[in-house]
Amino acid sequence: MGAKPVERIDHVIVRFAGDSGDGMQLTGDRFTSETALLGNDLATFPDFPAEIRAPAGSLPGVSGFQVHFADHDILTPGDRPSVLVAMNPAALKANLEDVPAGGTLIVNTDAFNERNLQKAGYETNPLEDGSLTSYHLHEVALTAMTIEALKGIEGVTSREAERSKNFFALGLMSWLYHRPVEGTLEFIQTKFGKRPEIAEANTRAFRAGYNYGETSEDFAVSYEVAPAKLAPGRYRQITGNTALSYGLIAASKLSKLPLFLGAYPITPASSILEELARFKNFGVITFQAEDEIAAAGAALGAAFGGALGVTTSAGPGVVLKAETIGLGVALELPLLMLNIQRAGPSTGMPTKPEQADLLMVLFGRNSESPVPVIAASTPSQCFHAAIEAARIALKYRTPVYLLSDAYLANGSEPWLIPDVSTLPDISTEFATKPNEGDEFHPYKRDPETLARPWAVPGTPGLEHRIGGLEKADGTGSISYDPDNHDLMVRLRARKIAGIAADIPLLEVDDPDGEATTLVLGWGSTYGPIGAAVRNVRAEGRKVARAHLHYLNPFPRNLGEVLRRYDKVLIPEMNLGQLALLIRAEFLVDAIGYNEVRGRPFQSSDLADAIAALIEA
Amino acid sequence: MSDSNGNLIQLTAKDFKSDQEVRWCPGCGDYAILNAVQGFMPELGIAKENIVFVSGIGCAARFPYYMQTYGMHSIHGRAPAIATGLATSRRDLSVWVVTGDGDALSIGGNHLIHALRRNVNLKILLFNNRIYGLTKGQYSPTSERGKVTKSTPYGSIDQPFNPLSIAIGAEATFVARAIDTDKKELVEVLRAAAEHKGTAIVEILQNCNIYNDGAFDSVREHKENRLYLRAGEPVTWGDKGVRIGPDGSAEIVSADAEGLLVHDPGHPEPSVAFALSRLTWDTVGAVPMGVFRDVERPVYDEAVAEQIRAAKEKQGDGELEALLHAGDTWTIS
Ligand SMILES: Cc1ncc(C[n+]2csc(CCOP(=O)(O)OP(=O)(O)O)c2C)c(N)n1
Ligand code: SF4
Ligand SMILES: [Mg+2]
Repeated sequence: MGAKPVERIDHVIVRFAGDSGDGMQLTGDRFTSETALLGNDLATFPDFPAEIRAPAGSLPGVSGFQVHFADHDILTPGDRPSVLVAMNPAALKANLEDVPAGGTLIVNTDAFNERNLQKAGYETNPLEDGSLTSYHLHEVALTAMTIEALKGIEGVTSREAERSKNFFALGLMSWLYHRPVEGTLEFIQTKFGKRPEIAEANTRAFRAGYNYGETSEDFAVSYEVAPAKLAPGRYRQITGNTALSYGLIAASKLSKLPLFLGAYPITPASSILEELARFKNFGVITFQAEDEIAAAGAALGAAFGGALGVTTSAGPGVVLKAETIGLGVALELPLLMLNIQRAGPSTGMPTKPEQADLLMVLFGRNSESPVPVIAASTPSQCFHAAIEAARIALKYRTPVYLLSDAYLANGSEPWLIPDVSTLPDISTEFATKPNEGDEFHPYKRDPETLARPWAVPGTPGLEHRIGGLEKADGTGSISYDPDNHDLMVRLRARKIAGIAADIPLLEVDDPDGEATTLVLGWGSTYGPIGAAVRNVRAEGRKVARAHLHYLNPFPRNLGEVLRRYDKVLIPEMNLGQLALLIRAEFLVDAIGYNEVRGRPFQSSDLADAIAALIEA
Repeated sequence: MSDSNGNLIQLTAKDFKSDQEVRWCPGCGDYAILNAVQGFMPELGIAKENIVFVSGIGCAARFPYYMQTYGMHSIHGRAPAIATGLATSRRDLSVWVVTGDGDALSIGGNHLIHALRRNVNLKILLFNNRIYGLTKGQYSPTSERGKVTKSTPYGSIDQPFNPLSIAIGAEATFVARAIDTDKKELVEVLRAAAEHKGTAIVEILQNCNIYNDGAFDSVREHKENRLYLRAGEPVTWGDKGVRIGPDGSAEIVSADAEGLLVHDPGHPEPSVAFALSRLTWDTVGAVPMGVFRDVERPVYDEAVAEQIRAAKEKQGDGELEALLHAGDTWTIS
């Protein structure tokens, strides 16, 4: 056509919203893939209910997928969508308050019947009562046009035809933002290849949506977002859980140890089990256990045998593993525990992120039971976090916690694929011969790392017994000696504390060194804090920021960094867990910024809080 | 047998004694079991370094400390899970689990039944003394109803488990029973368990002379009450025999009656083995001993290894570089 004007914009935030059965996650995923291939920077935030199919048309059943894409580097999926695609009244109602005035609404008018309006709690039809006048409203008869476009395809029921409407919406959005469509067309063929008539239906719906944009007078302009100037190299799009899975496979390769994953399904950790189960050709063993206790136990058993033992879970399952991890601390064997945090307590909000397990993983075991804790900060950073967690576990023969959360797990971003040859060698050596005359002492430590030898079954002459009972220093024999216990407790603590010498210093981002306020974060708040800090600086204020990837031990310069600033703000998706640690350890009067809404911070709110603190 | 260097060696029971002082109460049935196991180990023909004993918590669970093999004394009830991880990832090892009646059937009941159904290559020795020994004498899930213990001063009111009925119900492929002091029969059962491919569970009736002395006197002291199950032979003891009744249960008849049950541990259906497991001192005044069930079924760790082998054959050894670059990628220059 070309007749319609094209407008250039630097970024857009689109949110697709519909019923859990409307295929919004798939639509968002596809739109994201098209966007990634175009070369925009992007970040996504899938936000869906825990129920597989909540009652159709109801508010709790609304599933959303937000994608932020730009011609420059971005840090978050965005606070508020500039465009909302609402497939029914509930989707409109649940999301409208997030759309700023002047935002664009694309609404499926066919779903705005009396029943659906009532289910969403609308007394009058918002499309007719004038309540949407401050938005650019596009009323599209999505369902009817989809059904019309699919007429004549044999073997497609009218229900199935109706279900293709998400592809109509995707086609329309692809036209509106000039997304490349080949990938989606190919995807439809592969995904629905077994039912050619469905593939045909989705293809037609997709094209119909695209063409509707081109021809309808309702859409007067389309938009272009140019590729972002990112670092050169080859990119792919990646979610946190995929990055963790790949990171674990990489760790297995880099350590030359077989990967053994013990897991029990739980949201939002299950996809790591599912992902790793695909890679048997990497020698990966995935063991779906009878419960989380067995999952952790099997991983520990495999570690005893010389494997890279890993167990993945989320809050309620992590709690169950505590005793096994305590055993791992006593046995001093390498073990990786991935905790993909979700909102709690108890079952809480299974699909929603939170950062409230920090104190649990640090202290949620009986007695003095120190465990290193690492936290991933972005979806792609999960890859390196997994390798680093494995490195520490193997080198220091210790269980290690790696924290992620539901936001990182499902969120995606472009990832500059690392050059495999630059990844660290994390291999370790098994003990092969006696270490005390002709005897083997399983608790004789390396003087530098304090790690004990890892003698795996099958090694002649090193037969030994380990267990949860306190061991005599060196020999590892059972010991109830008071002095020995005191020594062993301190040795285990010193070993973990000593890792501080082996991790990077905390970097501070303080461009001209004049800031007096430091924002200190950890985990998945990396993006929102970064975006907030940019806003604050854009307004001419000075603020420093630092982000912790190591929660135990802390980087050795943390105390010094904290003391450099008059004010320290700690934003966390909990009620102040890192702040508690910082106050206790460094006697710094840290101030918390705490929200537990089961979603990432709105960076504009956080920016306001930072500005207010600077001014205070 | 030969060691890892290919040298021919002949191990003896002494080779399997560790330097740790054995700390069970004097007279405890665990001594006899330890002695029998150490005596049997050389027969396995497996180098010491390739044998691992994994246990949970309890008096019985101290067992690995006394074996000069690799060993892990883990946490209460979890040994089958830990051993599953080890045996699945290290198929070259001979992995043994030692557990008590509380460890296996109370806190670890879930792990036990799942190990049995998976048929991982594990040998599980369940020391049943029908009491919690280590915690000083509370009733256990195998204690008889009415048992007076410190935690049940008015007598226990729960129905006990029958360990072998559970095992058979949990799809176990090898189920056997022995008694601590009967070294010859115990070793025979251990031998059959070791030869079995997959999970083998052996209940060993063990006397706790401190907290539950005499629990098995009816068969320990009175050998005439032991009903030895021998493959291919009619099931009899003394002047009595066993016949399978029309409703599928085992009925007691005279030893010269018609239609006596001929023992077939390899029968694909578990129902007769189950019926035999219901014969107890309380029900018939005898206790069956020996191998109840011994059938072949795919072994979990073999199947795991086979899937990996097949995947490697089909897709080639996994390459990290290729993995990271698979799917949609784009280049920015
Ligand atoms: C998690 C946990 N709960 C409770 C205990 C205490 N405990 C240790 S052994 C045991 C029972 C052992 O009984 P059994 O398994 O029959 O072994 P036995 O001592 O009779 O050989 C209990 C309850 C423990 N060690 N760990
Ligand atoms: S308490 Fe009983 S089972 Fe435990 S060691 Fe003593 S006699 Fe043996
Ligand atoms: Mg017991």
